[in-house]
Amino acid sequence: MKGEAVRHPGINLGDDHGEAHSAAETLVFGFWVFLMSDLIVFGLMFATYVTMLTPNSFAGGPEPKDVFNLGSAFAQTILLLLSSLAMGFAGLALRYKHSVVRMNIWLLISLFLGIGFLALEINDFRDMIEMGAVPSRSGFLSAFFGLVPLHGLHVTAGCIWIVIMLIQLRVFGPNTVVKTRLLRLGLFWHFLDIVWIGIFSIVFLGGLA
Amino acid sequence: MDQDHRFEQALRQYIIGFVLALALTGVPFALVAWGKLPGSVTLLFVLLCGLTQMVVQFRYFLHIDFTQQKREDLLLILFSTLLLAIMAGGTIWIMTNLAHRMH
Repeated sequence: MKGEAVRHPGINLGDDHGEAHSAAETLVFGFWVFLMSDLIVFGLMFATYVTMLTPNSFAGGPEPKDVFNLGSAFAQTILLLLSSLAMGFAGLALRYKHSVVRMNIWLLISLFLGIGFLALEINDFRDMIEMGAVPSRSGFLSAFFGLVPLHGLHVTAGCIWIVIMLIQLRVFGPNTVVKTRLLRLGLFWHFLDIVWIGIFSIVFLGGLA
Repeated sequence: MDQDHRFEQALRQYIIGFVLALALTGVPFALVAWGKLPGSVTLLFVLLCGLTQMVVQFRYFLHIDFTQQKREDLLLILFSTLLLAIMAGGTIWIMTNLAHRMH
């Protein structure tokens, strides 16, 4: 990719994509503005969570060590990382004009890994709620249920977005609009994995260390 | 031909990023599961690995680096990071300080 003009952060379509490559510049920049404001939202949820880790905030209720499951957090991390990689491969298939079938396969793999991540996460939330660790129990749990499901909600939105792109690829084929949307979907998906690094480091590993 | 070569190069970037990310995930999880180090040492190590992995993913998955970015894009990302550091760092500093005083 060296030597070619880079028009925006993230994978670039390149000059051989003509109109789509130039159209991507402003669209992707705008999407980065959204991603960075989303980053601020997540960052402040993190800050709130960290301030809720004092003994007072546990309010005599469950503490991180009582409610977190290291094995499940690890499995979720690996699923999301693999999903992010699959999305990267879908982006490469788009960039290097491989067959639409190949791109569909990577998108589907990414989607299923994302759904697997959500299934494990929801299962964990259910276990927590069953043991009485509900959001209203303590400040710590309120902050936890503000932060981690917010990320899960983003992943859910991303999964829906992948399904929509699969449909659009089928209906419209890889035209300019669909290509630039796929670029932004890729950025969103990688971004969510980066936020997850913060979650597993601070919330799960920080809580169990 | 040239295109194939470029594809392989780009593919290699993703693979490198993935292997690094995997290592930077596995090691902190293993340390916490092992649990023999003092909590604060483990925590410091976990946070360092996490930060490194964020940089790795920005570099290899999002293709952000300091050499070939357009200026305003890099400024956007760096400025957001600065804002976040001030707001999150300030919140944590002030609130933990208050929590200590409440004891």
